[in-house]
Amino acid sequence: MSKIIPVLTVLVALIVIWYAAAVKMNSTWTYDQAERAGSEVTFSELITDTMSQKRPLLPAPHQIVAELWDTTIEKKITSKRSMVYQGSITLKTTLLGFGFGIVIGIALATVIVLSRIGRLTLMPWAIISQTIPIVALAPIIVVLSNAVGTGTLMVPKAIIAAYLSFYPVLVSMVKGLQSPDQMQLDLLKTYGASQSEVFWKLRLPSSMPYFFASLKVSVAAAFVGAVVAELSTSAIAGLGARMLIGSQFGEPMIMWAALFAAAILAAILIFLVGGFEKLARNLMGGRAV
Amino acid sequence: MKKPVIDAQNVDLTFQTNDGPVHALKDVNLQINKGDFVSFIGPSGCGKTTFLRCIAGLETPTGGSLTVNGLTPEEARKSRSYGYVFQAAGLYPWRTIAGNIKLPLEIMDFPKAEMDKRVEKVLDLVDLKGFGRKYPWQLSGGMQQRASIARALAFDAEILLMDEPFGALDEIVRDKLNEELLKLWAATDKTIGFVTHSIPEAVYLSTKIVVMSPRPGRITDVIESPLPKERPLDIRDTPEFIEIAHRVRDGLRAGHDV
Repeated sequence: MSKIIPVLTVLVALIVIWYAAAVKMNSTWTYDQAERAGSEVTFSELITDTMSQKRPLLPAPHQIVAELWDTTIEKKITSKRSMVYQGSITLKTTLLGFGFGIVIGIALATVIVLSRIGRLTLMPWAIISQTIPIVALAPIIVVLSNAVGTGTLMVPKAIIAAYLSFYPVLVSMVKGLQSPDQMQLDLLKTYGASQSEVFWKLRLPSSMPYFFASLKVSVAAAFVGAVVAELSTSAIAGLGARMLIGSQFGEPMIMWAALFAAAILAAILIFLVGGFEKLARNLMGGRAV
Repeated sequence: MKKPVIDAQNVDLTFQTNDGPVHALKDVNLQINKGDFVSFIGPSGCGKTTFLRCIAGLETPTGGSLTVNGLTPEEARKSRSYGYVFQAAGLYPWRTIAGNIKLPLEIMDFPKAEMDKRVEKVLDLVDLKGFGRKYPWQLSGGMQQRASIARALAFDAEILLMDEPFGALDEIVRDKLNEELLKLWAATDKTIGFVTHSIPEAVYLSTKIVVMSPRPGRITDVIESPLPKERPLDIRDTPEFIEIAHRVRDGLRAGHDV
């Protein structure tokens, strides 16, 4: 309970500020309308009007909640306007990209840790890869994957998500696979262990705490990648696409609802990864640090 | 006369470091017979750990000859001649105690049933019966170190090399483990090489005490202990014990005058 109070305090403060900002920002339109009609606006009229406009500059929190409710619970899941439908597309992209990201990250880290040549050649490129803005790369990835005939937009979107999500896994796994100290390596040497035994019995299990720490960052990166991919590949479905549509067609409610849906989905993903981490930690001795 | 298990003749080891060569071992001559309990004692930097690592094949001497059972240390390691115990227990936190003891057995491809049998046996030897299913963090430091000794014993090597195994433990636990180690040694008849910087520990445990001194690391004295094999803890108050301890201390002091 004592943990929840500070969080709630901040939340309440944010909502109050938000309502105040909504009144202020939407009041221009209210005053314009009143002037055109030649009427005066009382304070209470101002408040009610700024909070119930159809296309407000800044929708009030309860309007966003209502829109979210309408587009997730009330709408049929098969409807193009359902956030559940749009969210599921983004989720699919995220999970595909996340999966590829994990595989690529672990594979590269293994090569880097086990071979000196790998370390010298791969690591600089992995770092460089993250300095290129993904928005600039996205169209190229779409064109190229179209050229090799993947047919659907899912492949390039997943590639973009993987491109962002492999890096945290790579960096953590390189550190994790190198975490056993000299004494532990010497111990295995006295048993005459082969390099692959050192890897499977010592390096890989030692790296797990690092791996799980990276997963939380990586799943968030994959999600951002998926949304950015939808924004920058002129996709027509997915939460990113909904945001773009909302902004282009002057429908702020769609934009805001998609934004909140995205935030909620990301929170769920991180929560799930956290649960998975706890489960793995229990399986590995309960207090493996 | 029987052949020594470990035979070092004029062993030299120089490390090349960024600050120039470091003479870690100079002209080390030592014979260790089967069933000996040999302690290496000396200040830090005297090469006692380095010499133990040479025996284990973890370091390679740059001069002289060193044989273990007539083999090179490298070959002896491959024929599983020794178990090594480090200062830290180094148990894998993700394995149970039994799982940790199985580690060397897995690598050496023991059959499954044999593994379980051996785990039971060594757990009994180090007085940890019933702790096989526990994880390392559930055990005290002394128990963890006992588990790591069990792990070194599991594959039944003839030689046990121990590098300050009780250095990180408090005096009371250390006394108890010393006593147990002597019992274990008597029960298994292993050859033990034991690095320490505690004079009472060295005198209490050993049949042979090797006093070393630094810069360059070398042997200054080898003391054959006249103490009987059977040693209760209060043997440390006898005149014989105190006399040997005195000689060790003198040896250490002499090395420091350089």
